[in-house]
Amino acid sequence: MFAAENGLKGDPRLEAISAAIRVVPNFPKKGIMFQDITTLLLDHKAFKHTIDIFVDRYKDMQISVVAGVEARGFMFGPSIALAIGAKFVPLRKPGKLPGKVISESYELEYGHDRLEMHVDAVEPRERVIIIDDLVATGGTLSAAISLMESQGAEVVECACVIGLPEVKGQHKLKGKPLYVLVEPSGLDGFC
Amino acid sequence: MSGNKEEVDPRINGIKTKIRVVPDFPKKGIMFQDITTVLLDPKAFKDTIDLFVERYRDKNISVVAGIEARGFLFGPPIALAIGAKFVPLRKPKKLPGETIFEEYELEYGNDRLEMHVGAVEAGDRALVVDDLIATGGTLCAAINLLERVGAEVVECACVIELPELKVCCREI
Repeated sequence: MFAAENGLKGDPRLEAISAAIRVVPNFPKKGIMFQDITTLLLDHKAFKHTIDIFVDRYKDMQISVVAGVEARGFMFGPSIALAIGAKFVPLRKPGKLPGKVISESYELEYGHDRLEMHVDAVEPRERVIIIDDLVATGGTLSAAISLMESQGAEVVECACVIGLPEVKGQHKLKGKPLYVLVEPSGLDGFC
Repeated sequence: MSGNKEEVDPRINGIKTKIRVVPDFPKKGIMFQDITTVLLDPKAFKDTIDLFVERYRDKNISVVAGIEARGFLFGPPIALAIGAKFVPLRKPKKLPGETIFEEYELEYGNDRLEMHVGAVEAGDRALVVDDLIATGGTLCAAINLLERVGAEVVECACVIELPELKVCCREI
């Protein structure tokens, strides 16, 4: 669900967050209007608003794990984890984590990729939120949910800064709620 | 900080004990310093960030630059706490906008670090953050990138320092 439809309608922070995101046309390939959050990270106030909104939502939900998807999930996840007193667990591309890992594959437009997690990172019955900068098809988040559930943990929600239009109206991912702050900018042709 | 004559902050030992050593990763003979176990301990992780924030909050730092990918785990919380921008320094072709790059040496061959044009401005006071410093090659590349756009690198900050540190920066 989008934040504006879920208690934050008219919240000026959402507008500031949206305005701080830069659209880069034709990256990584022609036709894609890439949603660049690096400009959000350059705007201290807007970056703080982003973290504050997630923290306010999750701080009383007994969340014990924040999992972040490499690499842009790493830019948001740890700050949220620190503020709510949860562990942070990085979900990484293959071969990066040094210890024993479990992995889950997911589909790309052409081919597959894999997401890995350390086996000892998450315990059964832990309450988890999964963070990434953007959700498009939900493939990566689905793989992340599978990793958590394979360890007996409960995914409470998936949270992203940006949600592409195809997730609107689809409030759940593999049966799990999805919480998104803003829609993409620039899709109406104005950059 | 390891060279300081001040008393060692008690939080440091708590952090040290949380770092996991993984032998022979990524290859035989390397004792890999795994910080993911620090992130699993909310107190140790918070202490790590607090130590950096206490050191830098009154130094007028306007930019925290973090090196992909483990620098992204520590840099943003520090940036948020001290009121600075966060700038990711990334492997090639990850950043979508116009970039500048700096090459650095690996054991075999070279790699590149990239930064968005316009992210850092002349006169910015910068802190560079990574999880670990070994030879210093990556940090030197980061310093060069920041200085090329006219920023002043106030300090480089790492959680872990390896004893075999060799200074690799050359005066140009």
